Amino acid sequence: MYQYNNDDQTLLNERVTQFRGQTDRYLKGELDEDEFRTLRLMNGLYIQTHAPMLRVAGPYGLISSKQLRMLAHVARKYDKNYAHITTRQNIQFNWPELKNVPDILANLASVQMHAIQTSGNCLRNTTTDHLAGISIDEIEDPRPYCEIIRQWTILHPEFSYLPRKFKIAVSGSEQDRAATQLHDIGLHLIKNDTGEIGFRVLVGGGLGRTPIIGKIIRPFLEKKHLLSYLEAIVRVYNLNGRRDNKYKARIKILVKESGIEQMTKWVETEWQQIKDNMELSDDRITSIKDHFTSPAYDKNASNDSSFESNKTQNPAFATWVKHNTASHKTPGYQAVYVSLKAPNTPPGDITETQLDAIADLADQHSFGEVRTTHRQNIVLADVKKADLFDLWQKLSNLSLATANIGTVTDMICCPGLEFCALANASSISISKEINKALDDIDYIHDIGDLKINMSGCMNGCAHQSVGHIGILGVDKKGVEWYQITLGGSSENEAAIGQRLGPAVAKDKITKAITTILDVYIKQRFDDEIFLDTVHRVGVTPFKTAIY
Amino acid sequence: MQIIKDKQIIEDNWTHLADSDELSDGNITVSLARWKEEKTKLTNRNGSTGIRLSPSDKIENFTDNLDQISLVALEFSAFTDGRSFSHARLLRNRYGFKGEIRAIGNYMADQVFYLSRVGVNAFQLEKPKDLITALSTMNDFTVTYQS
Repeated sequence: MYQYNNDDQTLLNERVTQFRGQTDRYLKGELDEDEFRTLRLMNGLYIQTHAPMLRVAGPYGLISSKQLRMLAHVARKYDKNYAHITTRQNIQFNWPELKNVPDILANLASVQMHAIQTSGNCLRNTTTDHLAGISIDEIEDPRPYCEIIRQWTILHPEFSYLPRKFKIAVSGSEQDRAATQLHDIGLHLIKNDTGEIGFRVLVGGGLGRTPIIGKIIRPFLEKKHLLSYLEAIVRVYNLNGRRDNKYKARIKILVKESGIEQMTKWVETEWQQIKDNMELSDDRITSIKDHFTSPAYDKNASNDSSFESNKTQNPAFATWVKHNTASHKTPGYQAVYVSLKAPNTPPGDITETQLDAIADLADQHSFGEVRTTHRQNIVLADVKKADLFDLWQKLSNLSLATANIGTVTDMICCPGLEFCALANASSISISKEINKALDDIDYIHDIGDLKINMSGCMNGCAHQSVGHIGILGVDKKGVEWYQITLGGSSENEAAIGQRLGPAVAKDKITKAITTILDVYIKQRFDDEIFLDTVHRVGVTPFKTAIY
Repeated sequence: MQIIKDKQIIEDNWTHLADSDELSDGNITVSLARWKEEKTKLTNRNGSTGIRLSPSDKIENFTDNLDQISLVALEFSAFTDGRSFSHARLLRNRYGFKGEIRAIGNYMADQVFYLSRVGVNAFQLEKPKDLITALSTMNDFTVTYQS
């Protein structure tokens, strides 16, 4: 993974000093609420229902074991012994005290971590595929480009006061696991007719109140023009995006209102004027790529036979392998999902003990690195198949081996009314209730591939509009109600879910979800997955059963 | 009144003229609209002329006139409105403006570092004690990306 040089570290240390000064001035009354709000948000610090919430950047999801141990330390010393993985591969702390935040940031800076631009109306943390560099269907590793973009976005002098937040995602494989069609800018590494690899550039996708699928603004962009093209798009947005209404300020609204043709014309005109002076040299790309070389894989890894025999002898292990691991391009290796979706814990939460333990497991089994996923789990990307049985037992002892990845209980869930000042309805307690109703793991496996995303308000932090089943909490005269959508997807065939009907009451939502699952079981052909059944039969059978 | 110019605190010798004020000699800034209406009168006076740009002004509409003016004042109506940052960058890099670019209006001392990087070289702040803070924030970072 990328290792900071002296300049990277100096910049980070200076940012900590700067924020310490800003916090001091606020506490002394020299900065007013509005001013400090803007400054703290740009450093990932929200004021929430109970306490400030600090969002730490996981640059495109990569975290080292050393960094995990520091996160564990922060959770112990400054928080209530746990952290939370977000849908944008970041890490949140829910209980820090404002006066301690500069010290937390200094701790994080000592392991090359920060909270820069994890919120606010600026260029946010770039996200990517959690299987980058190891998946079989990869065209090229997207992480070097993510790092190039990270450096370009950090403390960008021109683009730090945009109309609204701005998110970029990069995918390098055939299967889009980074939801690039649902970002302000989506970059998809592709090969053109002559065999050259470059980017397909999408613009104006997004979730939240107005979910929209991104549109192609340039079918093929040469790599050397990556930053100039991003700069052209963001400049056009900065100058032309709406600033009169925060709900209409994202670039997706500019694209929608001006039309993709006009948007393309603006961007291409701007780009022509800057592209020749902003080319990325081959040397620059190579020097960043050198940080992302493959680890020293064991050439004899595929000679192991214990893996297959353990699977045969231990069905529970075999089930876990089936659901919680993914194929690896290197023979004898497998990627492992560490499930943060145990039945009785809030989705995405992780304790300090688990953080430390995963750090040890990463050192023992996966070259000292992990990745966070946008479905709020953790991946150990490079595990020898021969180690899987041992690793499974250790993860089981830590309650991190629930065999539910990609299933109905692998829910994405926002903090909801229990923690978030914006929320209208609870989400974590509903996820617990649904989990309780689905306590039969065989039934869950029978249902198979199904993504439930649940948000406690219109802001849609859990991306409910692209869940196969989406649940959105709304407030009706002080009472919590839930809208259900079906058929959403954030992958290659990205789609916005269709609303099923009127919102259902809080005490009926779990029953509604189990009813939907029953209808699916009755309607499905053979091993047809939920999403395909919904596409084939439409929403009517589900509607009829619920209302 | 004191301002920061080229990293020094100096006495300001410019007057910002409202559209309803009479033209006078000396160094004055006027709105872009007034510049367009009274260009000849303005250039025939004794003294230098500057233009005040609001965030919603389209700068490509007056770049032909840049050689006739000595100062562009970027007028912040809200510190969260980042359009002036792009205006400064374009004035310097694309249109080659060599005169003074000054930030005025509602912005924070904490934004001075970024403003300096996009080409603003003069800062008029609403609270006089912010001058010292602003000067110190120019040294917040010794390294930057986006070379």
